[in-house]
Amino acid sequence: MSISVEQVEQIARLAKLEFSDDEKLEMADQLAKIVEYVEKLNEINTDNIQPTYHVVDINNVFREDKTADSLSQEEVLKNAPKSKLGYFSVPKVIDK
Amino acid sequence: MNFKNVRLKLENKETSFENLVKQYLDKIEKGVQLNAFIFVDKEAALIKAAEIDKKLENGTAGKLAGLVLAVKDNMAIKDSQVTCGSKILENFVSPYNATAIEKLLAEDALIIGKTNMDEFAMGSSNENSYFGPVKNPVDNSRVPGGSSGGSCTAVAAEMAMAALGSDTGGSIRQPASFCGVVGLKPTYGRVSRYGLVAFASSFDQIGPITNTVYDAAILLEVIAGHDKRDSTSAPVTVPKFSKALDGNIKGLKIGLPKEYFSEGLDSEIRESIENTIKILEENGAEILEVSLPNTEYGIAAYYILTTAEASSNLSRYDGARYGYRAENVESLEDMYVRSRSEGFGNEVKRRIMLGTYVLSSGYYDAYYRKGQQVRTLIKNDFEEAFKQCDCLITPTTPSTAFKMDEKTDDPLAMYLSDVYTVSVNLAGLPGMSLPCGFDSNNLPIGVQIIGKQFDEEMILRVGDFLEKNLALKTTG
Repeated sequence: MSISVEQVEQIARLAKLEFSDDEKLEMADQLAKIVEYVEKLNEINTDNIQPTYHVVDINNVFREDKTADSLSQEEVLKNAPKSKLGYFSVPKVIDK
Repeated sequence: MNFKNVRLKLENKETSFENLVKQYLDKIEKGVQLNAFIFVDKEAALIKAAEIDKKLENGTAGKLAGLVLAVKDNMAIKDSQVTCGSKILENFVSPYNATAIEKLLAEDALIIGKTNMDEFAMGSSNENSYFGPVKNPVDNSRVPGGSSGGSCTAVAAEMAMAALGSDTGGSIRQPASFCGVVGLKPTYGRVSRYGLVAFASSFDQIGPITNTVYDAAILLEVIAGHDKRDSTSAPVTVPKFSKALDGNIKGLKIGLPKEYFSEGLDSEIRESIENTIKILEENGAEILEVSLPNTEYGIAAYYILTTAEASSNLSRYDGARYGYRAENVESLEDMYVRSRSEGFGNEVKRRIMLGTYVLSSGYYDAYYRKGQQVRTLIKNDFEEAFKQCDCLITPTTPSTAFKMDEKTDDPLAMYLSDVYTVSVNLAGLPGMSLPCGFDSNNLPIGVQIIGKQFDEEMILRVGDFLEKNLALKTTG
């Protein structure tokens, strides 16, 4: 199993991460080793085996659609790196 | 010191709680080089201790008054920091309490501080923390295990009477074993995850780390139960766990999964576990060999599924609403990418990458779906085994605490140190590690007891019996 630097770049784009050239090489190497290890699973026949999404038998959990108390706007914005006029503030998305 | 005895001493007025808390704060100060805590609020602890003394005085004290508790820093405490061992949450202050914390505070537990951990609970050595590694209190050149390494160190070094940890693949049991304390991972769904920072949501569970099995039972009694704020918490009744410790193990059927005793297990650990089993047998338990044939695939399935879940869970750290934001960002995209790349440490990035890869288009069926199918097989293995026996006994870890830096360059070797603990999380079972001996370096050895889903009573009963009959002695 090998993973190319191009593949690392593609995965990083999906994961919204960036790496230096050295880091990319190291990541390619480490991911390849881990992926090779997990491919061990191909030794087992899993035809007709249902996947387990959840270990405890709980199906859809519903609640009544009622309004309830929530955090105040002030509390919510307390941890914001930047906020303005009661909103989260981020870099401009649309150019003038 | 265990809570049960401390509470008696307080009730008999042999000491004040404030005095006791001072002793713990003193221990924390003296042991600062162990790096077990990320945050300790000394003044608040002393004020709270005086309040609890008053409650003890006038008879209004809760069930846990007298408990000095440390909490892993991935659980939310209102108006207090939750770093998760990460730079990305370094300045985050929680606006609410986790359900487990709310229940503990309602019973007058005193939280003395937040403990160090592997970043986002990803690690088996506590070397992945942004706030530096934790040292094993038994041997400072060794790791305490992880990811709840700070919590286990705090309890082992008597900086707290008990602690909360979280366990996704062994993160309570493995460090408990390395540090020589009791660590219990409850059944998935037993304890609400509300307010626990998510790593892999279908695996994560909060559990107690204590000096005695009894203390673990008392703590579990308080934190367990259905919570409407966590739809995965199970609507099942919470037994009086402490009442299960009746010392009666006669006729119990105890299974030894043969795959857990095969190659790769340290010979001194094997000997210690065999001695432990002998005690059970001599006291009327029936010991039988069972098989969990898919054990060897546990680690692979675990790393596919947990990294996939983590890559999704950790997408929320985008620099927009909370957490670290990179400086001088040029665009929204730049803000996301740089905040995440500067904010996360190496192991977390590696797992996000792996998780993103296994979930990406074209690979999903080959890895993620396959992993879930293997999860079913592993779960079925346990169900088959439990048709023959009441609980299982295994080693907690294949080796005792390893040296610092020994495995940091080889992620896969690090992952393999969880070989005996991950299957329990894959199957959603309860598991507990308790000290059962020491190796020739005087390092603690842990025995793991695994129970059926929601049968924590069984593992607590067997654990309590062992604790009382093992009469631990160090070789030195």
